[in-house]
Amino acid sequence: MSISEYFNLLWTDYTLRTITLGTAVLGAICGMLGSFAVLRKQSLLGDAISHAALPGIAIAFLITGSKDTYILLLGALICGLIGTFWIRGITTKTHLKSDTALGLVLSLFFGFGMLLLTYIQKQPNANQAGLDKYLFGQAATLVESDVFIMIGVTGVCLIILLLFWKEFKIMLFDMDYTKTLGFNVRFIDSLITFFIVLAIVLGLQTVGVVLMSAMLLAPAAAARQWTNSLGTMVILAAIIGALAGIFGTAISATQNNLSTGPVIVLVAAVFVLFSFIFSPGRGILFREIRFRQNRNDLQLKKTLQFMYDIAKTHQNISHPHAIRILNNFQGFSKNSLRKMEEKEWITLKGQEWSLTNIGFEEAKNLYNQQLKDE
Amino acid sequence: MNEKLAISVDDLTVAYNYKPVLWDIDLEVPEGVLMAIVGPNGAGKSTLIKSILGIIKPIAGSISIFGKPYDKQRKLVAYVPQKGSVDWDFPTTALDVVLMGTYGSLGWIKRPGQKEKKAALEALEKVGMLSFKSRQISQLSGGQQQRIFLARALVQNASIYFMDEPFQGVDATTEIAIINILKELRKAGKTLVVVHHDLQTVPEYFDWVTFLNVKKIATGPVKDIFNDDNLTKTYGINYKVAVNK
Repeated sequence: MSISEYFNLLWTDYTLRTITLGTAVLGAICGMLGSFAVLRKQSLLGDAISHAALPGIAIAFLITGSKDTYILLLGALICGLIGTFWIRGITTKTHLKSDTALGLVLSLFFGFGMLLLTYIQKQPNANQAGLDKYLFGQAATLVESDVFIMIGVTGVCLIILLLFWKEFKIMLFDMDYTKTLGFNVRFIDSLITFFIVLAIVLGLQTVGVVLMSAMLLAPAAAARQWTNSLGTMVILAAIIGALAGIFGTAISATQNNLSTGPVIVLVAAVFVLFSFIFSPGRGILFREIRFRQNRNDLQLKKTLQFMYDIAKTHQNISHPHAIRILNNFQGFSKNSLRKMEEKEWITLKGQEWSLTNIGFEEAKNLYNQQLKDE
Repeated sequence: MNEKLAISVDDLTVAYNYKPVLWDIDLEVPEGVLMAIVGPNGAGKSTLIKSILGIIKPIAGSISIFGKPYDKQRKLVAYVPQKGSVDWDFPTTALDVVLMGTYGSLGWIKRPGQKEKKAALEALEKVGMLSFKSRQISQLSGGQQQRIFLARALVQNASIYFMDEPFQGVDATTEIAIINILKELRKAGKTLVVVHHDLQTVPEYFDWVTFLNVKKIATGPVKDIFNDDNLTKTYGINYKVAVNK
């Protein structure tokens, strides 16, 4: 099946439509909330929470014996929240820094989760297989009701974001100041963390424990490159997340059923890479171009200044001088002389140059101009 | 000078872990003074301000603002944190940061409207930053960022201003611009409490001073108490330089 066939099938095939819609919505909510995680410098929180959710899935299965998605994800939610409290507790109650706390909780919970999974596999129970799909996710298991729940959560999350937009923004920027204004930062903070945990748990079925944090971070990191406004960043991250979901699903469905989660994450990574290189304001490419342009420009101006200092000692400013005398001056080349001629700062004749009136005026104002640009 | 007390701190003790950072501080600040808090690094200057503002929870002690607990007087108080306490790469504009000064009076959920925007623009103009209003904040110089923080506090239209090292890392032009605004505020009857590092400028800028080094050493009018004796007690070394300049 080719990609175009796939997009045609999308309108008729129920399963494909469900999965695509599910991954798109998941990408959108993760992108939105991921923006907040990135700006709070808590990028790894998502990673820790998703790993912390694993034992929740195993325990929920051990207690109920059921493989019902909602029961397992409820276990994941509870366990994820416990992990979050632990992280917060460790950072506030001990001297450990948050990266240490995140690392500890991540490996501890994940290790415990793996232990439980292997224990469950050894059980003489025919029902046990398939829990390990939560490690890397399995988008194919998405059904319509899952997607409805995702849409519902995204809707609620959107309403909360719109309602408390001002509060989220000021808390992200300046926590202490927010406190002095009388806002309950703990409430705002818990609200945003709760939704991040919820989004992660929703994504476990599709993308899995291990790769979930990329869903949060990649769209946000990509979006940050294109804008300097928080609102635009959140919207853009949601769009990038949704696109990663759609294209990831499309690619995985058309290429011999590659595992969907990893493909979505890779597509998101391509967005990040593209943004890092090509964004006009912060991208590597344009920064390098600007850097070179400025440097070349300064080089020309420096040569012009040197010429000006020579020319102004003469009655006639356009008195010709030998190119030779420039030789001991750094930063001049045949190329730069040609460029200066193009700008009509100088005229070249044989082995001699002479300053034009334009060049003279330009050089005279050079110093003042540089100051004005500052 | 008005005899009314703007700030009164009783028996304030603050500790991080086991070590006290502030020990048994009693402090009364009359209304309408421009007060410097001076002391060596680690003396608890920022901590004192943060405790008064409720950012840090003290172990003991009480604080009142115009005779009432801080919680009830928030709208009378504005705060200028240290410039380095936030990430200036945050995706927002200068005007947006100044608008945050209106959030407290707006309360939960309500968004700033035309009235708030007008106030923010006026504050930007007062600190000479109006032409930078749409500038992304990471594109501002250190001095400009400090002015933005000042403008954000001005928008709060408070009676008491707490400022944590507003002159740190700014050039001479900005320093003069800021001190002129502070002096203007005092003239308008506001009370200002400023954590300050440059002892040389204390007599010139301020009319009230508090010496702090974990304990309160002295507090009062600059002309009465800004002397060698108190400086030595606070800094532990002889400090002739600053006084007889």
